[in-house]
Amino acid sequence: MSRTATTTCLVLVLGGAALLAVLNLALPADAPLHVPTYTVSLAGKYLSYAMLAVAVDLVWGFAGILSLGHAAFFALGGYAIGMYLMRQIGTRGVYGNAILPDFMVFLNWKQLPWYWHGFDNAFFAIVMVLLVPGLLALVFGWLAFRSRVSGVYLSIITQALTYALLLAFFRNDMGFGGNNGLTDFKDVFGIPLHLDATRDGLLAASAVFLAVELLIARYVVTSRFGKVLIAVRDTESRTRFLGYRPEAYKLFVFVLSAVMAGVGGALYVLQVGIINPSEFSPANSIEAVIWVAVGGRGTLVGAVLGAVLVNLGKTYFTGALPELWLFALGALFILVTLLLPDGLLGLARRRPRAAPAGPAPEPEPAE
Amino acid sequence: MILLRVLLLLIAICPLAARADDDPFAGLAGGYEDIRRAVDALALSGNPHAEPAVAALQAGTLFVAPDRSLWIRQDGTLTNARTGDPGTPDGDLKRVRVNNAVRRSIEAAMGALTLFSHDPARRMKAAADLFAQHDAAALPALDRALANEQDPAVRTALQQARAAALLSAGTAPVPDRLAAIAVLRARGDLDASNLLASLSGQPPAVAAAASAAVTAIARVQQLWALVQAVFYGLSLGSVLLLAAAGLAITFGVMGVINMAHGEMVMLGAYTTFVVQQVIATSLPALSGVGVLLAVPAAFLVAGAVGIAIERLLIRFLYGRPLETLLATWGLSLALQQAVRSIFGASNRNVTTPGWMSGAAEWGGLTITFNRLYIIVFAVLVLVALMAVLRFTALGLQMRAVTQNRRMAAAMGIRTPWIDALTFGLGSGVAGMAGVALSQIDNVSPNLGQGYIIDSFMVVVFGGVGNLWGTLVSALTLGIVNKFLEPLAGAVLAKILVLVLLILFIQRKPRGMFPLKGRAVEA
Amino acid sequence: MIHNDTLLYLDGVTVSFDGFRALNALSLVLERGEMRAVIGPNGAGKTTMMDVITGKTRPDSGKVVFGEATDLTRLDEPAIASLGIGRKFQKPTVFEPHTVWDNLLLALAGDRRPRFTLWARQSAEEGERVEAILQTIRLAEHRGRRAGDLSHGQKQWLEIGMLLAQEPQLLLVDEPVAGMTDAETEQTAELLREINRTRSVVVVEHDMAFVRALGVKVTVMHEGAVLSEGSIDHVSADPRVVEVYLGR
Ligand SMILES: Nc1ncnc2c1ncn2[C@@H]1O[C@H](COP(=O)(O)OP(=O)(O)O)[C@@H](O)[C@H]1O
Ligand SMILES: [Mg+2]
Repeated sequence: MSRTATTTCLVLVLGGAALLAVLNLALPADAPLHVPTYTVSLAGKYLSYAMLAVAVDLVWGFAGILSLGHAAFFALGGYAIGMYLMRQIGTRGVYGNAILPDFMVFLNWKQLPWYWHGFDNAFFAIVMVLLVPGLLALVFGWLAFRSRVSGVYLSIITQALTYALLLAFFRNDMGFGGNNGLTDFKDVFGIPLHLDATRDGLLAASAVFLAVELLIARYVVTSRFGKVLIAVRDTESRTRFLGYRPEAYKLFVFVLSAVMAGVGGALYVLQVGIINPSEFSPANSIEAVIWVAVGGRGTLVGAVLGAVLVNLGKTYFTGALPELWLFALGALFILVTLLLPDGLLGLARRRPRAAPAGPAPEPEPAE
Repeated sequence: MILLRVLLLLIAICPLAARADDDPFAGLAGGYEDIRRAVDALALSGNPHAEPAVAALQAGTLFVAPDRSLWIRQDGTLTNARTGDPGTPDGDLKRVRVNNAVRRSIEAAMGALTLFSHDPARRMKAAADLFAQHDAAALPALDRALANEQDPAVRTALQQARAAALLSAGTAPVPDRLAAIAVLRARGDLDASNLLASLSGQPPAVAAAASAAVTAIARVQQLWALVQAVFYGLSLGSVLLLAAAGLAITFGVMGVINMAHGEMVMLGAYTTFVVQQVIATSLPALSGVGVLLAVPAAFLVAGAVGIAIERLLIRFLYGRPLETLLATWGLSLALQQAVRSIFGASNRNVTTPGWMSGAAEWGGLTITFNRLYIIVFAVLVLVALMAVLRFTALGLQMRAVTQNRRMAAAMGIRTPWIDALTFGLGSGVAGMAGVALSQIDNVSPNLGQGYIIDSFMVVVFGGVGNLWGTLVSALTLGIVNKFLEPLAGAVLAKILVLVLLILFIQRKPRGMFPLKGRAVEA
Repeated sequence: MIHNDTLLYLDGVTVSFDGFRALNALSLVLERGEMRAVIGPNGAGKTTMMDVITGKTRPDSGKVVFGEATDLTRLDEPAIASLGIGRKFQKPTVFEPHTVWDNLLLALAGDRRPRFTLWARQSAEEGERVEAILQTIRLAEHRGRRAGDLSHGQKQWLEIGMLLAQEPQLLLVDEPVAGMTDAETEQTAELLREINRTRSVVVVEHDMAFVRALGVKVTVMHEGAVLSEGSIDHVSADPRVVEVYLGR
């Protein structure tokens, strides 16, 4: 099941992206099947969200770590590429300063802060897209898993982490553009961002990166490592008495997942053209979790499905019925957890589970 | 300024001037030069009617009758400037005119005249002005004012002004200067310290005393700043405590991760708004105590919503904390949107009753009343909560159910009811917190969002299931935050506290005061 | 007191929870190759003793020496497990979503580090070892089933099988026959004796018939300390034991 599902998903993602790109590029704007560039970018955005969702599923579905701060890694990846794009603007900014981004000129800064150095180099920026989220996850995870913080406690401190970053990035003196974030990008690798072909290329790149991410994630969870990880998720202490170090396993997937989220964030910023502190908001992280829950936790493919479906819904609602969107999202959270614990893929799979209709389970003291 | 000096010098020779002209008012009926001199004389006279007369002259409401009697016109009635008695002059009144020289004299005179005003508040102000000017020329006037002064507060102010003037004079004998330094040191504020620090060319003994006084004042100031920070910290801590108290029940005691907890707070704040509206339209007599009425109302509203949530949602998710977290988050989104749809997205205005607004100063400490009441309220809520858990049948059954559910059920306790009531209690407490927060925060649909992370941090930091821990934790976090603020700024302080908390929880995952036992480890 | 053939040595181990002493200066010596039955009323501290040996609980005082001179109180659970101490819990705990085969494969002695398991492929030798254990624990025909779908007794055996796969020098077994049928109990005793041919075993058990069937030296614990020690007949005759345990 899972293998065919993965294959189907890869075909759909890659084929769908290619189709959209071709229909956008090859057909004239008035052709009936022409896909507007707006749609291409939207699809690319969904795919970068799907990358975040797969990253969340990797830790939540397979290691039992309900991270409520994964949007932080996503946003950090986004900021890393955003800094590169910012420096690419060069003299084309409003103030025409070759070195300093507009907001720094506006703040009367005289020189580039040290942590902005190197971001004029695309290779350096790409390394940072991987490194910054990875390092944060490494430090945070090392501290958390070593002291055996788990369950809701871990969830709460991951949420606090992203909240702290949200507050930090709102500050102007942090040097990341404060409230407004980074925007007005002109080109990437020397290619103008506004061109249709660039958009199509970015969509294709998102599809490829998502596919690679899915394959890596699938390799990890089906390897012996993945089996240990699932064992850790369900019976952590047993694995310890078998001689495994759960903290090492958790740390590895946590870092891997953070890096994946960071790559998703970078692709996101390339396609939406802006990154600001609101991407760190705790609500974003939780929304990513619900994508996974909708699609089916612990299935990877479900994460992609959930991310795309929920965001299609969001696009529709916020356009047509903006007041109802939060009701719909709220109801989704409630209904999925109550009625669809295995998500949409679980609905298809339907293996007999511990009777959901049985007597209500009993409350237990907090873990 | 120079004029003032001249004037004050004149005051110094005041007894002489007084003898020179027995009726200081007389000149006002004369030419400009006479008027000018009369004004100067009045300024020194200590005559209680001098000030209104000069003020009237300044305002252009002083008139002279053909018999040279002087009249002040105010609101159409005339009073005799010499006696202050109302009356009717004979013949036509002529306005007393002024030129620039006179005008300058008037201005200077008004400053000194207030030193002898009837009104203690004005005398106080005059003394404070003279302190700020610390001009040696003011000494004789101050001495005279001191000789007559009865009001102790004004006396103190005058003495301080005199001390300041005396130190600036540079001619007073050393023991007098030392006494003056002592007076300033006792005053103990930043102005006194600045004045002492600016002294130059003093004899060594005086200079040493001055610098010692500066240090002493700095120490006192630091102490006050500390006390003020503690007060701010307690205030913030009490807000955190209020926000977290309900969560200490639902999360701490029951183990339910209620992400809609903040929305219970928000509902409490909106209940306050509604209660206030109802009172304003139908029971205006009660408007002063609207906030008090809102407390039980908010408890009932939020508590009822809490019971409904428990029965309709949470009871299906017991033992699945992560699912509970997601479902209640969804609920919180829906509740926010519901409130936004009903009341609109903008902030609602909840007025603070008179008895809750204002502030008191106490030494270097400023205490705003609404903050003070919130501290008191937070303590009351916590005490009430502890009493309910400790002394009521509900509390006993609650503890029984959370400690050993099966045993409690076997003993005939209706555990589902207890679950619902416990959750209702926690939610109701959150609602009461909303009443308090409506006084200091914007009543908007997002109100609760701002508190949810903080509340969880407070409960976890204090040790889950431990109300005392929650208290200590909330106050500690509040105070730490306020102590960091001057060093790092408000936002950075908050970030630092969050980071410290994250690190702390990783060191001690069960908080400061963990509950022990096997049940916890499961 | 410590011979060369002493495998495990507990000396004055004390553990208290909020002032309550779960273990009270407990001392115990286990020879290499020995099987020891530990009995005692509920709350005597038997499980806590296992917690201390396996590193789950740190004692307030006392020493736990394994082999030549390894102080177990300084190590954590994975380190102790890697030294060759396996533990079976009171409640059977297996990896429910995995197959019986995978459960055993994960338990096989070998490199436990992520960088190994990430690339590990099942070797022929590993396959043989799993196969052999499947025979020993009589679950060969269930190899492909989800462990969560096994019966209670089968899970108990699977867990014992996982311990064997770990190839420990010492096995700690907590109430292995609780909830088993008589036939299963019989088979379990047989299995333990078989295991004991190559390894040392400590069995905690309530079931007196089972302990008698094992026919090994018995330690009776009470209130966190050793009350009596010797053959089953010896301890059964001890009046203190009769009073606190058997007499009820
Ligand atoms: N983590 C713990 N916290 C508090 N008390 C504990 C803990 N672990 C064990 N105990 C107590 O220690 C005593 C011994 O327990 P245990 O070792 O499980 O006994 P046995 O296994 O012999 O029945 C019991 O009274 C138990 O309640
Ligand atoms: Mg036991």
